[in-house]
Amino acid sequence: MIDPSLHRRGLRRESRRLFLRGTLSIGALSLLTGCNLEDDDAVDRVLSAMSRWNDTVQAALFSRARMAPTYPEADITDPFPFNAYYKLDQVRHVDGAAWRLEVSGLVTERRPWTLADLAALPQASQITRHICIEGWSAIGKWGGVPFRDFLARVGADTRARYVSFRCADDYRGSIDMATALHKQTLLALTFRDAPLPAMYGFPMKLRVPTKLGFKNPKHIIAIEVTNVYPGGFWEDYGYNWFSGS
Amino acid sequence: MYPLIARITHWINAAAMTVMIGSGWQIYNASPLFPFAFPSWLTLGHWLGAALALHFAAMWLLAANFALYLGYGVISGHIRRRLFPLRPREIWHDAMAALRFRLPHDSAQYNAVQRLLYVLVGCGIALAIVSGLAIWKPVQLYPLTLVLGGYEVARRVHFLAMSGIVAFIVVHLTLVAIVPSTLRHMITGRT
Repeated sequence: MIDPSLHRRGLRRESRRLFLRGTLSIGALSLLTGCNLEDDDAVDRVLSAMSRWNDTVQAALFSRARMAPTYPEADITDPFPFNAYYKLDQVRHVDGAAWRLEVSGLVTERRPWTLADLAALPQASQITRHICIEGWSAIGKWGGVPFRDFLARVGADTRARYVSFRCADDYRGSIDMATALHKQTLLALTFRDAPLPAMYGFPMKLRVPTKLGFKNPKHIIAIEVTNVYPGGFWEDYGYNWFSGS
Repeated sequence: MYPLIARITHWINAAAMTVMIGSGWQIYNASPLFPFAFPSWLTLGHWLGAALALHFAAMWLLAANFALYLGYGVISGHIRRRLFPLRPREIWHDAMAALRFRLPHDSAQYNAVQRLLYVLVGCGIALAIVSGLAIWKPVQLYPLTLVLGGYEVARRVHFLAMSGIVAFIVVHLTLVAIVPSTLRHMITGRT
């Protein structure tokens, strides 16, 4: 597993949206194009356009009927790896009693939710494989509120394109509405049948077994239904937005 | 001896494969499967996000070009004429001759070892594409991932396919260095 500080080192060298600057050496570029392009922005533009094309392809490939494979309890990875854009000793400790979940955007019901409110809703659980964009994978068990039930309760406009998330650890993320309505997409409150430990996102994380790990934000404090592309923490540095599995 | 389509697809494949391998090594380095990492000067894309963007862009070029070559090669009979038959006795005979440095390396008529290696690297590219799809979409293409032994096994299959292709490239480039006229043939088409 990669040391998160490596990511940060990579990021310090980057300014937002110029993530691919310096991606190709001039030699590799000549090989690709037969000429000596020195304008790295051109490479940026091509790769960004290809990433948007890949979003389109993945949305077309996504099937709401296709379930992520599930596993027996014995297959759960123990210990389950911790991964974030910061180190383990920098994990945020959220006060569950004071925590409120804000809901905004294209919804009819905007009142904040407490943990008790969420725990009172019908719960579901799953044992699925979490696949990191770095390549490693691990199997975990998450329980919580099916996100589509939650969206129905807040009167979300399910024709909207995006659902975005803001987190107590300053992380941000967003997913497409089709994935938000997938049966296995959960507002997870538990890990292995116990309240989510801080390192896995207490008090609530999004569990999306049809997307890569970084599309599963932890410590969520606000949800917004919107038609305006919200981006996300890693997406703004250049990770592919859809990042479906 | 080398039709224009064969030459064009060869060079597009060379460029796309360079990007796929270089970026693939950077992606590998984010979470190495084995106790080694690729030296950064051999990788493309200076961080994981850039390497993935390159990999997921060049994959279209690689796959489309490979499909074009296969379609052309099968329909025109180019593959059948140039790469077949593969007879174990001939391969054995030519392999022994090669080890004694007594095997002619001729662009006009491939020897049995060349035919075998070109067919094998074609299978290697096909395996790299199929295993790549299996780890890119292990949920949406679940049956494919299952056939390859699941996500974690498919990752290793993808690495194995890359290793085979790289081994081929090493031999291929060494022989081009020993018989430089083949390079001219692959550019001009004339022998």
